[in-house]
This record gives sequence, structure tokens and C-alpha cells, in this order.
Amino acid sequence: MGFSLTKDKRGVVVVGVDGQLIVGNRQELKQKVLDALEGGSRKFVIDFTKTGYIDSSGLGVLVSLSKKVREQGGDLRLAGLNEDLQTLFELTKLDTLFSIAKTPAEALAAF
Amino acid sequence: MTTPLRLDVRRPAAGGESEFELSLDVPSDLGYVGPAVELIADRFRQGVLSPRRVRFNLRTALAEALANAIAYGNRLDARRLVHVRVEAGRDAVHIHVTDTGDGFDPSAVPDPRLPGRVEREDGRGLFVLRSLVDHVTFSARGNSICLTLRAG
Repeated sequence: MGFSLTKDKRGVVVVGVDGQLIVGNRQELKQKVLDALEGGSRKFVIDFTKTGYIDSSGLGVLVSLSKKVREQGGDLRLAGLNEDLQTLFELTKLDTLFSIAKTPAEALAAF
Repeated sequence: MTTPLRLDVRRPAAGGESEFELSLDVPSDLGYVGPAVELIADRFRQGVLSPRRVRFNLRTALAEALANAIAYGNRLDARRLVHVRVEAGRDAVHIHVTDTGDGFDPSAVPDPRLPGRVEREDGRGLFVLRSLVDHVTFSARGNSICLTLRAG
């Protein structure tokens, strides 16, 4: 359970979400991404390959982070959503707000 | 978070493996949402709901209902409890989440998909919850919600 941060050779930060992204832990994700942004990183992939569920607070924090990253001239992309999570983004129309790749590798290649 | 959560489990004398009742009191601190959801979801490892619906639909909907009750109903006052009662039967699961607040009017909550609202950080909870279960009802006072997931 938790969030893992890795940086590829070109400086793209991949954040793995293990377990869930909900009201109880969203602040931790937010802080980690904001710290990386502060540290100069501008390209982010949030990897949901190991994520069971995301609640509306989790969705909200992604909206907020995406905005903050774009304000700094960067980009935050999502990857690895299973069918249920993909449906959640479509239902809430958040699929129109984010660039969503099937896998983290695809998201990285698109940067 | 120092108070441990205690899940009360009851089985009717004549009921099968899939019939049981759970009850749980959750202090109004958002840190309890995740642990409370796991405690309840763990009781559905086999039986009335498919593993996929337990992993996603039940967990997400219950997390939304708990977060609403804790934040808006009990206004994050950890001394106030949110009561969760689960009735699992052969045909359906009913989950009642009740706070001690004054209730709200669910019809007054705007659609988060409207233009201009999609970019907002908040306001999706009730919509997400309704999308993930088969039926939602509220008590007349608006401080108790009942989520129904049909078997399968």
C-alpha cells in the first residue's frame, strides 16, 4: 500500500498507486507530486496498474495536481487503469480532462 | 487514529454462508474510511457479490458514503460516530450508513458533469456513489443512506 516514485532517464516521474487512492491518503500523493514539481520535475505519469479503487476525493486530487503541473508548463498523464477505473473516468467525464494511456510504457513513450 | 474499529458480525440461525449482518461504528475522522472499508469488504471474500464488484463497486461506494457522513454529516467531529449496518442476503446486500447530522437534500446536489463543473476538485461523491450501486435511498431526514447491490 502506498505511493512509489521513480524517475526515468529523461526525468519523467512515474508515481505508482498501490492499493487505493482515497480521502485517507490523497494528501500523501499530492505532497509527493508537489515536492517533485518544486524540485523541477515537469512530466508525470500516475500509474494505476496496482490500484483497486479510487474515490471522488482521489479523482479530485488528480484534477488539482494536473492543474498545478500545467500551470508550471508541465503535463500529468494517467496510465494502467483497469476497465472499472476507466469507466469511472468516463462516467465523470474526467476522461476529457486527462491524457490516459493503456500502460505506463505507452504514457512515457508519448512524452 | 487511536480507536480500533470493532466489527460486530451476526448470522441468522437458519441462514447460509452468504447471509449475515454486520455493524460498525466509525469515529468521524477521514483516516478511518480506508480501514473501515477493508474491514467490511473482507467479509465478502466469497458469496453474494463477485470479487470484481467487491473490489471496486462496494469499496468505492462505501468509501463515498462514509466520507460524506464523516465530513458533511458529523463535520469531522471524532467524538461523533457514523453507524454502518450491512445486511447481506442471498439476493442482495444493503448497506446503511447513518450520521448524527441534520441531513441534506440530495436533489440539491448539482451534476458534476455539467460544463464548468468537470474541472472542479470536489462535488463528485454522490454521483460516483449512485453510479456504482443498483439502488440508493435516503432517510426522510437525509442523515442516513442505504446502498443496495444486487447479488452477482
